[in-house]
Amino acid sequence: MTLDVSREYDVQPLWLADRKIGWGVPLLLVLTFVVIPLLGNEYWLNAIFVPFLILSLAGIGLNLLTGYAGQTSLGSGGFMAVGAFATFSLVTHVKFISLPPALFLAGLIAGLVGLVFGIPSGRIKGFYLMVSSLAAQFFLEWVFQKFPWFYNYGSSGTISLPRLDIFGFNGGSSIGRYYLTLVIVVALTWVAANLVRSHVGRNWMAIRDMDTAAAVIGIPVDRYKILAFAVSSFYLGIAGALWAFAYLGAASVQSFGIARSFQIIFIIIIGGMGSITGNFIGAAFISLLPLALDYTVQSIFSGHVDAGLLQNIQKAIFGFLIIWFLIKEPDGIARLVKTFGERLSAWPLRF
Amino acid sequence: MNLFIETFIGGLLAGTMYSLVAIGFVLIYKASGVFNFAQGSILLFSALTFVTLKESGIPFVVAVGITIGVLIVGAIAIERLLLRPLANRSPMTLFMATLGLSYIVEGLAQGLMGAQVHPLDLGIEDVPIFIGGVLISQFDVVAAITALVLVAILALLFNKTRIGISLRAVADDTRAALSIGINLNRIWQIVWAVAGIVGLVAGMLWGARQGVQFSLSLVVLKALPVLIIGGFTSIGGAIAGGLIVGAAENLAETYIGPFIGGGITPWFAYFLALAFLYVRPAGLFGELAIERV
Repeated sequence: MTLDVSREYDVQPLWLADRKIGWGVPLLLVLTFVVIPLLGNEYWLNAIFVPFLILSLAGIGLNLLTGYAGQTSLGSGGFMAVGAFATFSLVTHVKFISLPPALFLAGLIAGLVGLVFGIPSGRIKGFYLMVSSLAAQFFLEWVFQKFPWFYNYGSSGTISLPRLDIFGFNGGSSIGRYYLTLVIVVALTWVAANLVRSHVGRNWMAIRDMDTAAAVIGIPVDRYKILAFAVSSFYLGIAGALWAFAYLGAASVQSFGIARSFQIIFIIIIGGMGSITGNFIGAAFISLLPLALDYTVQSIFSGHVDAGLLQNIQKAIFGFLIIWFLIKEPDGIARLVKTFGERLSAWPLRF
Repeated sequence: MNLFIETFIGGLLAGTMYSLVAIGFVLIYKASGVFNFAQGSILLFSALTFVTLKESGIPFVVAVGITIGVLIVGAIAIERLLLRPLANRSPMTLFMATLGLSYIVEGLAQGLMGAQVHPLDLGIEDVPIFIGGVLISQFDVVAAITALVLVAILALLFNKTRIGISLRAVADDTRAALSIGINLNRIWQIVWAVAGIVGLVAGMLWGARQGVQFSLSLVVLKALPVLIIGGFTSIGGAIAGGLIVGAAENLAETYIGPFIGGGITPWFAYFLALAFLYVRPAGLFGELAIERV
């Protein structure tokens, strides 16, 4: 007896049936592309939105590796540095290259470096693997400090671009830098959101949950782990280049030290591991908390508080929040927001 | 040849410092399975507390006593507020919690006691001495002897006392230890306090050499390759790992460094650890885990 399969299944292709975009995404796009540039002044655009977007992008990069593929890395700062220095070298040495393709190529270079440092992940895991990322962090810091070629024999070891050339236009104004960052971040977020739902993302999550089991069901574990390193470094590299040129303007290797790596880990813990939205929430949290704290303390003590002390208070509060989140809500603020949304949709009922 | 021996011995002696830091890690890892990232900041905190007390005119022994008291209180607080709520969570979660802890401890230490460099004089003269035609730093020798004494005390503690034996029981099989009535929470408190005291000794020695300052807490990152080479669960391994890393770092800086620009100590240890891992994925003294689905 034969079964008529077509009767049993919905013949509509999945990609048509499953495309429900809520009102949230278009609203956010309008807000970020139109409303914020219209309302925001230079301070808000350059000192708050640009770093926030770049940190979110870096968060996505690390989250793909740690939150989705389950590989801990303390070397994010190093890979960001690769992106920044590669962009600088490309723009300096290659004639007529515009910034966006240079950024893309720099991302690929960072991805390649990430791939190399990801190779040990095939053989070692967990805490042992952190050694590989720390090796990457300190080795890359050393390389970019020791060899003047990377900063074009400048005297101070800093890199900066004379102008941000975007296909003939100068993107150096605050609006230009904002749009440059925004377009790249939106595009790469879209890619990441789709990537984690593809077979690649599912394989990563299987490896994260238990790599032995993943290997047993036939996933080429080593290859996907290394791929996670490469993709993660690609994102981090572009984030690093944007951090250097769209936000700071001039950067040195000190901008990408181990403290930067920790900052990005905090973003994904607070925002939510294994969540794309979480990176934005975490980055917003981490860039706004210092400002809010500064404002509160200064207004309470009317400006008598030493900046160093404030920084230490901030540090302790971050530490406390990390622990609090790990105990109370291991999935981060992203999960809190989601739960809140679900409760709101059932309101006034409890569930 | 003299240069080689001098570099080698200098490295070994510097390596005892790494060993001291790594021992604190191993203690906590054995008893509670936590990879304690905060060990470095606890080291900074204890050294800073000690220096601040000493600068305010309190005699040496009293200052050490007060610092140990603070460390014990801290260990109890950590156990209550961090380890207990996070019991049975994944090792990675616990590691990240200790990352948060390190921020709290650093913030507290520097917020309360200032971020400037405090010089610390332990009364050990740092004059090089000749032993059989080889130049050796006297300070390093004292540090190495201190490390030896500390290890001897720890060995006595673990093998001869009731606390030590229950501690080894916990490390061996936590569940069995619980079922015969060992108070796991108390053991955690004790082990964190002991690790803190080991940190204090290490912090005092490092501090006397380069001043008590923030960079002390970064020693923790150097302890990671030491642990990788020695294995996470063996005090003997921690000592061997520290010595290997110290000696190899010093030799590499002298013999390989000049060819590639110098200043390679920040990363050399990690590559060494990676090389070790390729040969023995569980470290020199670690046990290879068998995995089941």
